[in-house]
Amino acid sequence: MGLMALPVAFFAVFFAYPVTAIVTRGLKIDGAWRFGRIGEVLAQSDIRHVLWFTTWQALASTALTLLIALPGAYVFARFDFRGKQVLRAVVTVPFVLPTVVVGTAFLALVGRGGLLDQLWGVRLDTTVWAILLAHVFFNYAVVVRTVGGLWSQLDPRQEEAARMLGASRFAAWRKVTLPALSPAVAAAALMVFLFTFTSFGVVQILGGPTFSTLEVEIYRQTSEIFDLATAAVLTIVQFVAVGAILAVHAWTVRRRETALRLVAPEVTVRRPRGAGQWALLGGVLASILVLLVLPLGVLVQRSLDAPGGYGFAYYRALTSADSGIFLVAPIAAIGNSLEYALAATAIAVVIGGLAAAALTLPQSRLRPTGGTSMTGRLVRGFDALLMLPLGVSAVTVGFGFLIALDEPPLDLRSSWILVPLAQALVGVPFVVRTMLPVLRAVDGRLREAAAVLGASPWRVWREVDLPMVRRALLIAAGFAFAVSLGEFGATVFIARPDNPTLPVAVARLLGRAGDLNYGQAMALSTILMVVCAAALLLLERIRTDRTGEF
Amino acid sequence: MTKRTTTAVAIGLGLVTLSACGSSDSAGAGDSKTVTLVSHDSWAVSKSVLEDFEKQSGYKVRVLKDGDAGQAVNKAILTKDNPQGDVFFGVDNTLLSRALDNGLFQSYEAKGSDQIVQQYRIDQDRHRVTPIDSGDICVNYDKAYFSKHKLAPPASFDDLIKPAYKNLLVTENAATSSPGLGFLLGTAARYGDDGWPDYWKKLKANGVKVVDGWEQAYNDEFSGSAGGKKAKADRPLVVSYASSPPAEVIYADPKPKTAPTGVASGTCFRQVEYAGLLSNAKNTKGGKALLDFLIGVKFQDDMPLNMFVYPVRTAAHVPEEFVKFGPQAKDPETLAPAKIADNRDQWVKSWTSLVLK
Repeated sequence: MGLMALPVAFFAVFFAYPVTAIVTRGLKIDGAWRFGRIGEVLAQSDIRHVLWFTTWQALASTALTLLIALPGAYVFARFDFRGKQVLRAVVTVPFVLPTVVVGTAFLALVGRGGLLDQLWGVRLDTTVWAILLAHVFFNYAVVVRTVGGLWSQLDPRQEEAARMLGASRFAAWRKVTLPALSPAVAAAALMVFLFTFTSFGVVQILGGPTFSTLEVEIYRQTSEIFDLATAAVLTIVQFVAVGAILAVHAWTVRRRETALRLVAPEVTVRRPRGAGQWALLGGVLASILVLLVLPLGVLVQRSLDAPGGYGFAYYRALTSADSGIFLVAPIAAIGNSLEYALAATAIAVVIGGLAAAALTLPQSRLRPTGGTSMTGRLVRGFDALLMLPLGVSAVTVGFGFLIALDEPPLDLRSSWILVPLAQALVGVPFVVRTMLPVLRAVDGRLREAAAVLGASPWRVWREVDLPMVRRALLIAAGFAFAVSLGEFGATVFIARPDNPTLPVAVARLLGRAGDLNYGQAMALSTILMVVCAAALLLLERIRTDRTGEF
Repeated sequence: MTKRTTTAVAIGLGLVTLSACGSSDSAGAGDSKTVTLVSHDSWAVSKSVLEDFEKQSGYKVRVLKDGDAGQAVNKAILTKDNPQGDVFFGVDNTLLSRALDNGLFQSYEAKGSDQIVQQYRIDQDRHRVTPIDSGDICVNYDKAYFSKHKLAPPASFDDLIKPAYKNLLVTENAATSSPGLGFLLGTAARYGDDGWPDYWKKLKANGVKVVDGWEQAYNDEFSGSAGGKKAKADRPLVVSYASSPPAEVIYADPKPKTAPTGVASGTCFRQVEYAGLLSNAKNTKGGKALLDFLIGVKFQDDMPLNMFVYPVRTAAHVPEEFVKFGPQAKDPETLAPAKIADNRDQWVKSWTSLVLK
């Protein structure tokens, strides 16, 4: 349990304590708890409407994402085609980009004059369809990576065997592949549900003022209306809901780790054969092109579309410190972003790595007895707990930081470390989810053998675990890095004017009138996109043979 | 917890704390040589002007930008017992009462207060806030659209509900956006407590579009802006600022001879931004010097082209582009902060159910 101490302390100090502080501030008036507020707030019809909308749009988004992304998962898992690695990195880019950057570009797909408008005269901006499609755009990679990762390792010979025994193609798939795959599909669906349930930027930018999710409402109540009591109640509601989602997720993930005959992905991929498979590949590529590449391409196009004709004028403007918004040239944001993201990655890897190791050890020890003891349950609870920051609103955490971390030795409110700390909160779950399956796959008997032969725990880890998880660790670090680069919600609260991060700089440029400001915002967005894509492409090169969640 | 666990926790927290304290900036937060300004995202100043102040006063200025205007004020109120800085800049007349009622500021009459345009001075008996800048929230129009359609751009609130301007205006959500709120307050000032809902009913019938924030309205929906042109936007009227047309000239390369957008001068609501010494400021002396600097001629001269607002000091210089492309409205709508405080929440609520549902 000693391994868990640091992650627990980290989450206690930088997550639980600030969030509790701000919720308490909302619900405790003059020293007395006002739990009655909970009932009052929930009785309001517009709040109930928000709850209802939040839930159904998340359900619809999840269904639509699965519908569009599952064929993609299959194609990425089973087909070998030119440019696959690049494409897999590209489809992941939206997931790590801040909405503030791509919301505008997404309008080019569904808004006026957008592709849908030109083809069929359909405009979806400020309709719920814009929200749903944007959620597909952002979460496509979750399905492709989670489901596709496992799919590529399922032995196709099992299905072939079933067909040999007389099963139809569909029956073989339904009886053999689907059961093996379903826990992964469930896990992916739950993650998409979690991300869309707590959706903020997409709903704000594309939905217009008539649609509001819980997360948006918490933001409004905290930031604009300053009704902390209502915000506190909504935070609790969201917390409970997200807790429930994560509990189900933890359960499906565990089911997923049941023994499956896995093979190396290289064995299962092949070139598409026959018209049907080529059509499937073509369809998937077309959907990726329209839904994912096109909005990203619009950013690039607009960043080059300068008044004097296409060129790099906006990029050149980034190097001048003329406009007083930052006191530095906007280009400096790249350096800031990289520094923050590196620090955040370091924190996330240490905290997440320790947590993942802690989550693995007791299980291997308990395996002989079945593993449902108190410790086992505690460990699984902890596993779900690490994911909670993904489901708690950034504004709650940000405001919590302000009133909780305001006294020495922890007066961090104006310290640079706050940015990487906040980013690491979001990065840790990804590190844990990537490391955990790999660590669990390490045969516990190897560790026991080493221990019996007299190795210290540290030595066991170094000699047994580390060599097997090194690649997973790199991938985890890469993902934490990309997520930190794109993190906006928490960073915007604490980034300082003389060192803005890329997303913060983009947001500030978009907040001003004038051609040069808009153009520079597009140029910086493109740079952010390219940096994220490069980081993800690097990850593609070091993919492990064991699948992680992301 | 076992002993080992306790040790690990201690080491872990120690590391984090140490790394935090090790950063040079946070170490300087409490000392008397540093003065901290808390503001919103729009804060901007020329580097040379700020350095000049630092040299003359001997204080190093630290700036904390705390989100948009509303967020920054709320955060300041939340942390007023143990504030993040010494001076807060950027509370406007729509939020002023919230700040004052919560005891955010302490009294200080800044040097040069007597040089501020009379109409902006408030709280004269207690001097808790000092006006720093003013700006007008007005409907902007796309000149190209109106000349192409041989239509005169609207001039007043009354014009906006005329059939000629059907489906042309985009505005912001009054509940979440400060120009959106300013426009609502402008109509409330123009048509009175009882008259504004009726005006909005007509505006809605005339096809006004509401989006959540200024960025979407201006960059995505308004056909006159740089972003709007690229996005093939189709709304030639937008609620923005009187200083947006000059910004379209200044932030263009090459600079056009005339602004591509104009201001409907009869649709303006005046916003005044204030600064004040925070109640529990650690460096009150430095804070006072900083406030003096904010209404000093040097800063007031520098401010317009950085924050796109007008100076409040009578002698301050207004840039040529402002005079030419975005003059301040002659007779803008105004409302007393107390009146805004009394009605704001109710008005926004009624507006929301009237216009958004």
